[in-house]
Amino acid sequence: MHVLAVFLPLVGCLIAAAMGKRMGDRGAQLATVVPMLASAVLGCVLFYDVAILGNERTIELFTWIDSGALQASWALRFDTLTAVMVFVVTVVSSMVHVYSVGYMSHDPGVPRFMAFLSLFTFFMLMLVSADNFLQMFFGWEGVGVSSYLLIGFWFDRDSANAAAIKAFVVNRIGDFGFVLGIFGVFFAFGTLDFDPVFEATPSLAGESFSFLGFQVDILTTLAILLFIGAMGKSAQLGLHTWLPDAMEGPTPVSALIHAATMVTAGVFMVARLSPMFEYAPIALTLVVIVGASTAFFAATVGLAQTDIKRVIAYSTCSQLGYMFFALGVSAYQAAIFHLMTHAFFKALLFLGAGSVIHGMHDEQDMRKMGGLFSKMRVTAALMWIGSLALAGVPFFAGFYSKDIILESAFAAHTGAGLFAFWAGIAAALMTAFYSWRLLFMTFHGPTRADAHTYEGAHESPPVMIAPLVVLALGAIFSGYLAVDLFVGDGMEAFWRESILVLPENASIEAAHHGLPSWVKAAPIVVGLAGILLAWIMYMLMPGLPGALVARVRGVYQFVFNKWYFDELYERLFVRPAFVIGRGLWKSGDGSLIDGVGPDGIAAAAKHLAGRAGRLQSGYLYHYAFAMLIGVAALVSWYLFVQLG
Amino acid sequence: MGSFPLLSLTTFLPLAGAVLIVLIVRGDEEIVARNARYAALWTSLGTFALSLIIWLNFDPSTAGFQMVEKREWLPAFDISYHLGVDGISMLFVLLSTFLTPICVLASWKAITSKVKEYMIAFLVLETMMIGTFAALDFVLFYVFFEAVLIPMFIIIGVWGGPRRVYSAFKFFLYTLAGSVLLLAALLVLYLQAGTTDIPTLMTLNLPVNLQKWLWLAFLASFAVKMPMWPVHTWLPDAHVEAPTAGSVILAGVLLKMGGYGFLRFSLPMLPLASEAFAPLIFTLSVVAIIYTSLVALAQEDMKKLIAYSSVAHMGFVTLGIFTVTQQGLQGAMFQMLSHGLISAALFLCVGVVYDRVHSREISDYGGVVERMPRYAFVFMIFMLGSVGLPGTSGFVGEFLVLVGAFQVHTGVAFLATTGIILGAAYMLFLYRRVIFGKLEKEKLKVLLDLEPREIAIFAPLVALVIWMGIQPQPVLGVFEVAVQNIVENYQSALAAADTLSVATR
Repeated sequence: MHVLAVFLPLVGCLIAAAMGKRMGDRGAQLATVVPMLASAVLGCVLFYDVAILGNERTIELFTWIDSGALQASWALRFDTLTAVMVFVVTVVSSMVHVYSVGYMSHDPGVPRFMAFLSLFTFFMLMLVSADNFLQMFFGWEGVGVSSYLLIGFWFDRDSANAAAIKAFVVNRIGDFGFVLGIFGVFFAFGTLDFDPVFEATPSLAGESFSFLGFQVDILTTLAILLFIGAMGKSAQLGLHTWLPDAMEGPTPVSALIHAATMVTAGVFMVARLSPMFEYAPIALTLVVIVGASTAFFAATVGLAQTDIKRVIAYSTCSQLGYMFFALGVSAYQAAIFHLMTHAFFKALLFLGAGSVIHGMHDEQDMRKMGGLFSKMRVTAALMWIGSLALAGVPFFAGFYSKDIILESAFAAHTGAGLFAFWAGIAAALMTAFYSWRLLFMTFHGPTRADAHTYEGAHESPPVMIAPLVVLALGAIFSGYLAVDLFVGDGMEAFWRESILVLPENASIEAAHHGLPSWVKAAPIVVGLAGILLAWIMYMLMPGLPGALVARVRGVYQFVFNKWYFDELYERLFVRPAFVIGRGLWKSGDGSLIDGVGPDGIAAAAKHLAGRAGRLQSGYLYHYAFAMLIGVAALVSWYLFVQLG
Repeated sequence: MGSFPLLSLTTFLPLAGAVLIVLIVRGDEEIVARNARYAALWTSLGTFALSLIIWLNFDPSTAGFQMVEKREWLPAFDISYHLGVDGISMLFVLLSTFLTPICVLASWKAITSKVKEYMIAFLVLETMMIGTFAALDFVLFYVFFEAVLIPMFIIIGVWGGPRRVYSAFKFFLYTLAGSVLLLAALLVLYLQAGTTDIPTLMTLNLPVNLQKWLWLAFLASFAVKMPMWPVHTWLPDAHVEAPTAGSVILAGVLLKMGGYGFLRFSLPMLPLASEAFAPLIFTLSVVAIIYTSLVALAQEDMKKLIAYSSVAHMGFVTLGIFTVTQQGLQGAMFQMLSHGLISAALFLCVGVVYDRVHSREISDYGGVVERMPRYAFVFMIFMLGSVGLPGTSGFVGEFLVLVGAFQVHTGVAFLATTGIILGAAYMLFLYRRVIFGKLEKEKLKVLLDLEPREIAIFAPLVALVIWMGIQPQPVLGVFEVAVQNIVENYQSALAAADTLSVATR
């Protein structure tokens, strides 16, 4: 059953890829959707079996690499953490599969698309069920490639290709840290399997080693290196630039990969490695700061975007920031909790946006929307639910998970924790604001679409709406149903050994006891304030935003242009790499090595040969003279060297 | 099996095939070409079958030489005809015999002039390659090692592109310069030991100073073959001008001779010098990885780009070898085999579109996937293999090398790991410009997808690259013990030298 849940998507992928042409679109859809649904059912059963009943197990498949002390197997590890992830991944993925049947129905590349989706799901499941660093890296890179393939799915668009490469290369920068971390783990522990590493971790606390000439703390260094990998995959500040561009991919891809699952792989990784991070406090602090900064930064950018998908993309980036600072304050359970609720409501929002785009015939600019409520009531209602959950309005899913994160950050009683708390509060205000800005600009008020488009706008077919309803149920109820297990009284019994929190770091515990009441109220208050503000600016006084922007043009430009990260990187890294490459090629290889080396020698030989040719003059006295000099030279050499 | 000369048979079967073609294939041009092709194909397939028997009979649990054949050759000088394989060499023999029939198939339609001579050159080349890896006498090795140059020189010089003569000479001169020093080293070794028998030479304990000189002489030859930075500039030119199959053999097998040389000679015979010069190798390797990756990024010619990527990948090999750790060495071995498949396949991929469009300029392409989806898929697999994606063979070698390097020097590992970023950049960029994009160029709109012959060429390569990525153990296991043996001997040699220096102090 465990094996089936993981490998069914791969089976679907292979069938669709190999026989897609012969089976036609319908066949390829069936071949992928059916295994995926089966896998989702198994995912639910496994969640119950492993997480609730506690039947943890590890299934060894076969040896992968065995070289000296380095041994790594293909194995499926099922504990609570994995079970939660498998549940989330299979459920969201199967819904996205179903949705894609409708959304991609007019695309010429249906079999390819379905195959890629299933392939992605397989890699994601390999990632979350890994029992060692190496298999995790396999899944890690696999989802990266699938993401690359799906972002660039419409390969005749230059922007899509550029975005695909950017996603892969930026992720590789993160992977650079990840693999160095893996090398370091093997160097320090002599193994790559999770359990032995976790067991040995406490004994290495405080030990140091020489890295790049510096004497540094082992665990801190390893944790930071691994975290760099997580930053790349989860689009944290500095390595986030690929995520908004990744919206070039079809919308189901954005929902599945760039909102619900793949981008949360970094969060999963840190949670999985909690037994290591717990002994690396400096690394944890770094995680808090990066996460909190990302939550704040991305929310500001989200305020100004006009592309409906980009708003949601920055929102994702921001929410990932929440999860990271939760990890950093040792509230791993809260981070995974938010990961799950976020997967539901963000997938819902993305697919809802997709439904809007579909109904508007591929229009993504919110400035050309408005008033769509009457045209697509169901989609609008579902988007409202998603936004309510995202903004943390009471009793929706996001309310429970976001609350516990902010409270834990406050309760951690560290400088970084407080910074995260306030950044999180500010981001929560902005989140509510841009979510309702999105709703109002899209669905309400007078329309700004041209008459033809507006007339043609229509509700999506049932095959697209049904998955949305399932996700909406998750967005409404998953928080309320799971809060006790994930972060409440049932916490210990639920997570068991899969997450380790040192007693002195137990911020969730602390959050349950004696927080000031304003801390509990603050997230709700700012959330409602944000909604109100959006209502005033976009419904009550629609002229206000324009006037405001004119007043603070500089700030607006800065935010609208995403803090100029892309421009900065382009100048700092991308262009120099090409210039240096060309320089090394033309002057290094061309002038220097070839010029001095082979070509130079050839030229010199030619030159010498010419001289030698002239020497052969044919005059006897020339030869006689040369011989004489030769004899003289030989004699003097003999005298000096042999006798002297 | 002991007395059956399996290795000799494998080595000289291609040569016999070549002789057969010379003697028998007659008639008008059309028939000659046809018969020469089939004769070469069947000969090379037969050789491959024989080499599979070698693999089946190979016992990976011992480090010694197997299937040994020894005959007197020049008894007065104690030089013998001595063949045998161990874990280090066996798979290289297999790689050679595997790639040759693929080359013959790849040239089926691409070569139309002097087909008979072309096929003869390839069969002779195959004999020389197998001989190089199977020889257990230094003189014999030297003969094969150098003789490889001649058919390759001819293949580039006769069937190559417009600048073939310049490239052929550059290739020849570069490698010859190294060979001269190798010959000098060979003579010195002979004078010291009185024999050229490789297993005997491996047990030799030479003084440190002599080791260093010999080591540098070896380096001159092997570094050029590898090729290591900065003596790599012959490679891009040679690849660009060589016909597709020539590039395949060049990248697939000839580049591995340098690495094989390090493993067979430098490390076991000259351990002290290897240790002393390891930092030099590390530096050159890291420079190769970063420098050539950046250069690859700027290339406008597909073959040149892949050639430069080869230099970067070979940088991982030299790095791995001189870490002298189990992981580093096994990784280097694996990387050589994997690169032998992947780079060969990439050159074949270029060949496929070159045969159709007659251009290697990247800017002449774009949107190829629309006409050639199968081709795009195949190219994608090898592109990902070259990038070192886990699940392909490219990952295993690179990863093990870097694990080994990290144990020896974190800084070296750090710098070398940047290669995985740059590698992704240049390969994806290449793929995008050739395969993706809008199909706008008129020439490309009539492209035909892979034909059955081409599928037959690529299918085994695709299967191997993925199989070796997911289940590398059967391959790693072949040289596990041999590598262990090298590491142990190396360390005991260093330890012995230590005690000696303490004793004489």
